[in-house]
Amino acid sequence: MLGRTANGLFWMFRYLERAENTARLLETGLRMALTRDVQTAREEWRSVIATSGYKELYEAENDGYDGMSAWNFILRDKSNPASIREMFGAVRTNARLARTNISSDIWEAVNENWMALDKMLARPVSQGSVGDVVHTIRRAGMRIHGALDGSMLRSDAYHFARAGTFMERADSTARILDMKYYLLLPSLSYVGSSLDSGQWEQILRSVAGARAYSWLNAGQIDARGIVEFLVLDDRFPRSLAFCRGALRDNLAALARLHGQEGASNELMRAADMHITDITIDQIFEQGLHEFLVDFMNRNAAIGEAIAQDYRFLA
Amino acid sequence: MVGKSGNFDEMYDADGNIRPAYADYCGWFDEQDNASLRRKDAEADESFRKTGITFNVYGDDEAEERLIPFDMVPRVITAPEWRKLTRGIEQRVRALNSFLYDLYHRQEIIRAGRVPERLFRQNEAWLPNMVGFTPPGGIYTHIVGIDLVRTGPDDFFVLEDNARTPSGVSYMLENRETMMSMFPDLFSRVHVETVSNYPRRLARSLAACAPPAFASSGRSKPTVAVLTPGIYNSAYYEHAFLADQMGAELVEGSDLRVVNGLVQMRTTSGYRPIDVLYRRVDDDYLDPLTFEPSSVLGVPGIMDVYRAGGITIANAPGTGICDDKAIYSFMPEIVEFYTGEKPLLPNVETWRCADSDSLAYVLDNLDELVVKEVHGSGGYGMLIGPTASKKEIREFRKKLEATPENYIAQPTLSLSTCPIFTKKGLAPRHVDLRPFVLVSPQGIDITPGGLTRVALKEGSLVVNSSQGGGTKDTWVLKD
Repeated sequence: MLGRTANGLFWMFRYLERAENTARLLETGLRMALTRDVQTAREEWRSVIATSGYKELYEAENDGYDGMSAWNFILRDKSNPASIREMFGAVRTNARLARTNISSDIWEAVNENWMALDKMLARPVSQGSVGDVVHTIRRAGMRIHGALDGSMLRSDAYHFARAGTFMERADSTARILDMKYYLLLPSLSYVGSSLDSGQWEQILRSVAGARAYSWLNAGQIDARGIVEFLVLDDRFPRSLAFCRGALRDNLAALARLHGQEGASNELMRAADMHITDITIDQIFEQGLHEFLVDFMNRNAAIGEAIAQDYRFLA
Repeated sequence: MVGKSGNFDEMYDADGNIRPAYADYCGWFDEQDNASLRRKDAEADESFRKTGITFNVYGDDEAEERLIPFDMVPRVITAPEWRKLTRGIEQRVRALNSFLYDLYHRQEIIRAGRVPERLFRQNEAWLPNMVGFTPPGGIYTHIVGIDLVRTGPDDFFVLEDNARTPSGVSYMLENRETMMSMFPDLFSRVHVETVSNYPRRLARSLAACAPPAFASSGRSKPTVAVLTPGIYNSAYYEHAFLADQMGAELVEGSDLRVVNGLVQMRTTSGYRPIDVLYRRVDDDYLDPLTFEPSSVLGVPGIMDVYRAGGITIANAPGTGICDDKAIYSFMPEIVEFYTGEKPLLPNVETWRCADSDSLAYVLDNLDELVVKEVHGSGGYGMLIGPTASKKEIREFRKKLEATPENYIAQPTLSLSTCPIFTKKGLAPRHVDLRPFVLVSPQGIDITPGGLTRVALKEGSLVVNSSQGGGTKDTWVLKD
């Protein structure tokens, strides 16, 4: 397939994942705002905006952190290059670009949902309908992934799409953890009293892991357990270990299909060792923040190597 | 329901009886209830939107992507009518191809004094550097759309030849798909020739035009690619659709490069040669080294590869000259010169304003004529005398007097009508027809039917999608 098309597929699924993750963050924020006092809710919106990476932009345009401003900024603000509307638009643009390499089921899933979102986001979103928007995005994600799973040939196109998904997902989980790492420092958690279990639960919710975590840990919530779950548990499909493993498999399949390995496979092997040989104690010893930054840097380097290996750009 | 007196209605005769071509369809139609038809109509719109079969209108920010309206009443052609049309189209396309070959070689037709030399010398689509070059297989017009209009039971005329890059074939295909999914029972009752194998026929026809370099390459199957200007082009949907259906790569200029004397595309495993390029990019943008230097849509050096027999470009550069309406006016002579036969499909009577006698006549009768720019297309820059205001005629007269050679004029034809489905029931509207013709060394292949364009406004004669026209599924009945 064409390098440009592979690039389109890879980014189509990165943007889709990014839109889904942003929607989930937003959903968690909404829940928090409903169940907490005003001050905590404000803090929560601040953290949601910060995680999106456009805090300065938001603050330049808004007076403070209230829900209405926050979710409209995240969903549809024209000045926000990472708004859900922009991201879903990028999903569709990349899908058009890669149209000859995706099944019509996938294309129609993208196009129909884009049409629905475009309509929903044409005007400011009220409190009553923000939930609908979030659900539409999540349903869109499920339908597109379902169409990919059920209708795509397992050729290189499929593996470029999956590589985009797992690269973005790993990045997102790492970013969310890093934004909250101060809450998870052992020193604090061991002291215990100042801990807010709601904050923790919220981290798990924003990666759709609350149910899975409590199922595995019988309701015991502690910093060590959460970090271990989100970083090292390769049964959880949004953990760093799981995403790395999946990305490794996709890159191995791409190398096999192309008859040769490239720099991306080499970087992948090193990154893989970095996460499989480490224990939770070592992570805390090294510093969670340092560990996550290193993880994200390796991720970015693998992404660049994929673009090089497979001639994404002229 | 009956066509306005004065024009030929394809469904009803002058007494309001259903013509045989539509008998089966109308039998089915009468059994449908109006409410469910209206619902289907709305569904069709929704389904086109979901498929994304849209076109972009330049300079129209509000509706970045628009749908071409679809009407669910088919346009029906009988088997004998189609056979007759086929013969006429084949003859014309063969003549077009011979004419192009001749123009770029010995120019016998000019030596014989049948067409004037100025005709092509002044034409921007004329490519002097293609003189003496023979494209692979001697084929210039790989894909042609011949626009036909009808005025009576046996009266079909050619209105335009589209030899440059005829578009609209994706609508022919999607219209049929939509009709079949909306009304499956209809297709079990009326037997209609299939159109859905067009992409396969196109792929086969293009592959049969592989260049000399392919034969010595040792590869077993020629690689076909579709060259698009990109996702912002108004016909991008069609480019992607055709590439997808043919199993060909959809490439942009930035994907291509001349490597080892061949045009190659940048794949994920390196550069791979292309044998046949179905380009949807105009000549001017094809090669910045030969034509428009600022173009980023093309491939630097592709023309050298082409001349050396390294690639087939479809349609051949320089073919666009046949879309010129001044050349059109000579088509009867051209057909006769190359085929030795009278044209089976007549032209619409045409006055060339470059001739002073004709100009005088046209100026005297502006309110009755249709005047067109010789290089124009898409229904732009033309005057429809009978519906134009006095002011419009006055202004057009000035333009015409200033540069008469830029214009031709035709009588306002009383185009045939075919009913469309409206809220108030069936209502006649004017239609034309663009059959799609494939040409390769193996022969001329015409997909039965084509794209029927319909003027949706009552009484309007303009069927162009850029000006509010719609489309219909076109049926050629099986014998």
